This record gives sequence, structure tokens and C-alpha cells, in this order.
Amino acid sequence: MSEKVKFTIDGKECVAERGQNLVDAAADNGVYIPSLCHLRDVIPAGSCRICNIKNAGRIMTACTTPVEQGMEIENDISELNDMRKAIVEMLFVEGNHFCPACEKSGNCELQALAYRFQMMVPRYPYEFPIKTPDTQDSRLWIERNRCIKCKRCIRTIKTEDGKNIFAFQERGHKVEINIDHELAAGLSEEKIQEATDNCPVGSILKKGTGFSQPIGTRRFDKEAIGSDIEKVV
Amino acid sequence: MGKSVKSICEEYNNDATRLMDILLEIQCKNGHIPDEAIEEVAKTLNISKVDVIQTLSFYHFFTRDNIGDYTVYLNNSAVADMMGRADVAEAFEKEAGCKFESLSEDGKIGLYSTSCIGMSDQEPAAIINGKVFTKLDPYKVKDLVLDMKAGKTIDEMVEKYGDGHNASDLVKSMVFNNIRKKGPVLFSDYETGTSLKKVTGMTPDEVVGIVKDSYLRGRGGAGFPVGLKWDFCRRTQSEETYLMCNADEGEPGTFKERVLLTEKPKLVFEGMAVAGYALDAKQGILYLRYEYKYLKNYLESVLNEMREANLLGKNILGKEGFDFDIRIQFGAGAYVCGEETALIESCEGKRGEPRNRPPFPVQKGYMDEPTVVNNVESLCSVVRIIEKGADWFTMMGSRESAGTKLLSISGDCKYQGVYEIEWGMRIRDIIEMVGAEDVKAIQVGGPSGTLISPRDFKRTICFEDLPTGGSMIIIGHNRNLLRDIVLNFTEFFIEESCGSCTVCRANTVILKDKLLKIMSGKAGKEEIDELKNWTKFNKMANRCGLGQTAANPILTSIENFREEYEKHVKMDEDFDTGFDLASAVEESCDYVGRKPNL
Repeated sequence: MSEKVKFTIDGKECVAERGQNLVDAAADNGVYIPSLCHLRDVIPAGSCRICNIKNAGRIMTACTTPVEQGMEIENDISELNDMRKAIVEMLFVEGNHFCPACEKSGNCELQALAYRFQMMVPRYPYEFPIKTPDTQDSRLWIERNRCIKCKRCIRTIKTEDGKNIFAFQERGHKVEINIDHELAAGLSEEKIQEATDNCPVGSILKKGTGFSQPIGTRRFDKEAIGSDIEKVV
Repeated sequence: MGKSVKSICEEYNNDATRLMDILLEIQCKNGHIPDEAIEEVAKTLNISKVDVIQTLSFYHFFTRDNIGDYTVYLNNSAVADMMGRADVAEAFEKEAGCKFESLSEDGKIGLYSTSCIGMSDQEPAAIINGKVFTKLDPYKVKDLVLDMKAGKTIDEMVEKYGDGHNASDLVKSMVFNNIRKKGPVLFSDYETGTSLKKVTGMTPDEVVGIVKDSYLRGRGGAGFPVGLKWDFCRRTQSEETYLMCNADEGEPGTFKERVLLTEKPKLVFEGMAVAGYALDAKQGILYLRYEYKYLKNYLESVLNEMREANLLGKNILGKEGFDFDIRIQFGAGAYVCGEETALIESCEGKRGEPRNRPPFPVQKGYMDEPTVVNNVESLCSVVRIIEKGADWFTMMGSRESAGTKLLSISGDCKYQGVYEIEWGMRIRDIIEMVGAEDVKAIQVGGPSGTLISPRDFKRTICFEDLPTGGSMIIIGHNRNLLRDIVLNFTEFFIEESCGSCTVCRANTVILKDKLLKIMSGKAGKEEIDELKNWTKFNKMANRCGLGQTAANPILTSIENFREEYEKHVKMDEDFDTGFDLASAVEESCDYVGRKPNL
């Protein structure tokens, strides 16, 4: 059934299945389109807006754009990279991200993107908002200071009969992640681990374990985020 | 609680997509939605508790806490401020004995702010227990609070009714229509059913063809051609198609749909039925903002009347297989639900978060079926286009904007109200028409539109020049633009953002903080351009129109009123850290009893 189509990203010729989303299609062709909320094989959220690319002069999120024959995509251009860096900076100032004290440091995708875009200090003033972590659950810890509202947990972690464990509450700049404690109690250990692993930052953490992987040996300690994709082809 | 939560859920077939209606009923009957009810709803609908809380906490008029026997929602829009809201708010606080956003000690009176309630032509206005109270002043507030303390019913508190159907038994509201100029399309005489009769003799394609030929563009603001939208929808193969009428007018300064729904509801519903015929849709939904809930009984009775006249229902006007009916879906206080995909989400019982496109609603909308969402005014225009023909319609207006447009005009002018004008009217002529003098600026198209200066008064209202969904706020010379307009609008966008896209959620707050810094006199001259530069990310990196236009108040005011910013900044400094050492050490100095030596 699958139909292969040809398209280009910054002039590089790529081939993918028609209708596949651009972030994954690019990755399969060795092109890294930076993203934060996207996860392969999960319905895209299109909410962090970091994967914005230019298609026929229009800016759109790559994770929600299906590949079509003959597309000419612009990705690694200064206009977009400055916007991506700005978004990363916005995420830093709207939350409370103290990397040295965070369990996720080195495995954190937000931190890794900040390094990739060579963020020294955000252009925006810090807001230092007051957020309340939810530590009520016996196995999970929701650290709202670090949440970037990517919805990965909402989209991926459900009960066996498909009910939501995570959801948003409130709206606008007050929006935060809420957890259904009753339903979370029924999650398997694997699901708990998955929730922790899927979180791009240190916002969902498994209790009873910490720093099991030493700092310095972690995913982004030695290689920039996206370099694994860029090495493939 | 009177009715049990269970029976309310049952009324809606325990259907989780009707969560909005269920929560509305609980809120209405109970005054708030207690935790037990949340649990019960989740259990009955077989969804998780956090899903219920997700929807509940998204909408302004759903509350988990008690908000009083009398709940005052006082509009805090820029126009309300211009018309004296501050004094009214102060009077409410003094008389009720509590501050805004809180409940009086005895739990009787709750005072809360709310975004524009569609009464800009009669501000300051408030919604109290679902009833609208307009043109408030401190004396009226005193009387109202006395009435509350005496335990009067809300109906007893309305002393005088407004004009037209506002005074009818089913409305009994003090709202006035303020129709200032009747045009040929929306406010001229029309015999209900004429167009519906006409379409039954045509094929759906012919109906779509006429609407396409009329070049009618969506009246909600975006201006997408109505006929084209219908055409796209017809091309999607599906068993079921839905037609929605967007009556969520939340753009501050807009109130024309309130007037259409009050005086021309049959025109609106007939427009929906015509669209239903063209799209082969069986079900229409009128998504009505909560603020207009006072029209509910009246609109329901109009629907019944039309059903009895066989203008709705089965085999409409004898046409075999032409079945179409309408239900009213209420919102619960969220500007973003005026965005068509957020509106659809809301109709499905979810938080009003705009969807990603593709797919577009015409491909996959309500319940994943092809759906057309049209504005109230657009659908009214459709009826007249069918009646009189596309040529009649295109004779009016400008090159790219056919027909007439309803404007809601408020602010510093003599004749605030609704005007039906032909597209292409000059701003200067509009100013004269509404009796405004000494105009400093005009906000065209509401906060998401443009703040124009007298340099632009020669321009015209139309899609090819100054487009508008209908809101027009006249700003007089004595107004402080940054404080009264730009800051208010920016705060509005912060309050109404759904919070999904990073830039809309975070950047709008950043922009407001910078604006406040400039207004406080603690900014250097480079910071105006810095602020302007930061606004560009809103347009670039947001999913929906709210996020994309949330920086417009700041952007267009810097472009057209830069001097207002320059007044505040230190022209001899490029940048100011905004750090004040004296105030930073004040507390510690106080504590140790020293004076700072700076």
C-alpha cells in the first residue's frame, strides 16, 4: 500500500512514505529536525513548535505535516534556528530549570537542545514561577517546576482499558499536568518506567531510584542531541 | 443537590462527548461542581477523573468552589474600563464587603472578573446569576447589593427591560439592541422560509454554486470564502456531515451576533437549514457562548416554532429526505472556542484546544466527520443571497469584499451600537457616522486586529485593506493607550490562551512583563525595538489565530504609536537592567534598622 515519494530538505534529496510525518521522514533520511514534544509512532501534539519548518514559504510544524511528493522543505536556516532557540529560552524562563540539581541532567532533551543551539543565557528575564510538585503517588513524582507541557505522558501512558492517567488542568500560562492517582496505582512497573523515559525533562520521575547512571556517561553528555540521526546516512 | 449527577448524565445517555452539558447542568443546579460530583461523573461516563477536571478547569464559568448565592461576573474589557469599570468595581467591593475574585464572608456574594461579555455598547456591564446588568454605576451597584442582601430573585432585580425581543417574556433582559444603521442584507424585511422554499427546488450543488458566485467571505474575521468551504466539505465522502454555527463571539468589542440572535434568530436558523441542505447535513449545532445564556429559552422557543412550521425537522417544507434539526450547545467561557477546531473540541466535551491541521474540519471535524463551521452573520447573509441572487449581493461592497458587514462600534463616540455598512467604507466616514470627535486611535477588529492612528483614517474597511470581524473600538484623546488599551488586550490574551503552544503560553507573558517595565520608566531606548522583535515569534510559531495575533496589540501600537513608548523610556540609555538596589535591600535594612547607603 505504501507509496514512496521524493522531497528535499535544504536541497538534500530524501525519500519517504507518502503521508509520514516530516520529523520522522527526515530522521530516516539522516536529517535532524529539532523537536521536543514529538515521539515516533505517537500521534503528534504540535505544541512545542520547535520542529517548525518552511514549506513553500509557510512556517508549519514538521511533526504535523505529512510528506508529499516534491516538497521543498527549509529546515536548517537562521530564521528558524533563532526561533527554535527562542522557544527553548522561553521554556527555560517560564519554568524553574536548575540543571545541576536535576536527576535528568544529561538525559534531558530541553537541556540538550539548549546546548545544541548554544544558549548561554536566555534573552528573556526569568519568571521564577511558583509551582507545586505532586509527590502524593507512591511510585511517581510529578515535578511541575520542570514540565514543558509536551503532553507525551498524556498521549502515551494509559490504563489497559484506554483511560487517561495524565491530563492537563487549567489553561494558558497556568496549565499544568495532573495525574489520576487511583488509576496510576494500577500501572505496571514497565509503564512507570515508560512514563519516566518518555518525559523529555525531569518532570516525571520514578521514586526510589536516582542517579543510577553517573553524570558524564549520559545520553547527551558526549554527543549533541540529533547527532545520532545525522550520523546514520 | 436537586437532581442527582447520575440522572443528569443519563439525560445525555452517559455520553462523554456531552460533558460540557453535564457540567453546565451541575454548575447551574449546584452553584459549583464539587469533588464528589467530579468522581460521580467520571464513574458514570467511564472516563478518568483527570479528564473531567481537564474540561472543567479549562472553562471560566465552571468552578470547583462555591461562588456564592449571587455571583457577579464583571466584565474587565478595555471598553468596560473606558466606561468607568473601576468605580463600579470599587462600589461592588465596598457594598459586598469582599474583594474581586473572592466570596463574601457569609458566602452570599461572589465577585469575579470576566473577559468581554458582548455588551461593549452598554458598559460597564456584569452577568449576575446568568442575567445581564448593563450601564452600571456606583449607585446602581449599591441598590443591587441591597437587593441581594434582601434575598430578591434575580428577575426581581431587573427593573426595566430593553428594546425589541429583549423585553419579551422569554428574555426579560435590560439589554438594548442599539441598532443604529439597518442595511439591505441583514436588517431589511424578509419573510421567513422564502429561501428555504427556494432551495428545495434546487440541487445542493446549485445552492453551493450560488453561494460561491456571491463571493461571500466568512464574517467571523478570517474571511474564508463560504462557498468554497462548503464545496470542500461536499467533496469528502462520508455518511454523516455536520453544520455548526459559531456564535461564540468573544472578540472584545464585538456584540453584533448578540443583536442578530435577539432580533433575527429565524434568519440564523434558516441559514443553518439552507447550509444543511447544501451539505446534506442532518444535524446542526449552534455553539452559543455562555454569556448569552439569557437568550436560551427564547431561542429554544423559536426553534420549536420553526419545527412546527416544518422549517426544521423531517421532510422540511415537504421535500422528501430533507431532514435537518438544530441543537444549542453552550460554551462555558473561553474566547479560544471561537476558533473553529477548538469549538469542535468543546462540542465533544473536551478542553477547547485548537486542533492541528491537516486534517481540516471539512475533512474530519465533529466526531471525526466532515464539518462546516460558519459564523452567525455569514449564515444570515446566505439566506438573503439565495433569496435575491448572487448578482444582487456582489453589487454591494468592494472588489474583494462583496455585500455588507455588521460593525459593533463602541468606545469614545456618541452612538455606540450595531451598524450594517457596505464593505469599503472609509474610516473617516465611520467616525462621522458614530459621532466621534478628537479620535486618537481606533482598534479595528478587536485585540487580534490593528490599532490604527489618524494617519490611517483614509483607509477603508474591507478584506483588501482593513479587514475586521466586526469589532471597532473608538479611542479618544484623553486615553492612555499603553495602560488602557495595549496592556488590557495583552492581559486578555494571557487569560484566554489555551496553553498548548509554547510561544502563545509563555511569550505573551514575557511581552507583558517587558511592556510593564517600559511603562514603569525603567527601560532604555533599545528596549522598544527589542520588544517589537520579540513579538514576531507569536506569528511564526503558534497553531491558531489566538496565538498568532496575541502580540498584535503591542506590535501595532509600536508601529503606529511609537511616541507613546518613547515617552516612557530613558532615551539616553540603551538598556536598563530594571534592577533597583534600594528596593532590593529595603526589607533587610528595615530588619536591622539601617538606612541603605547608596
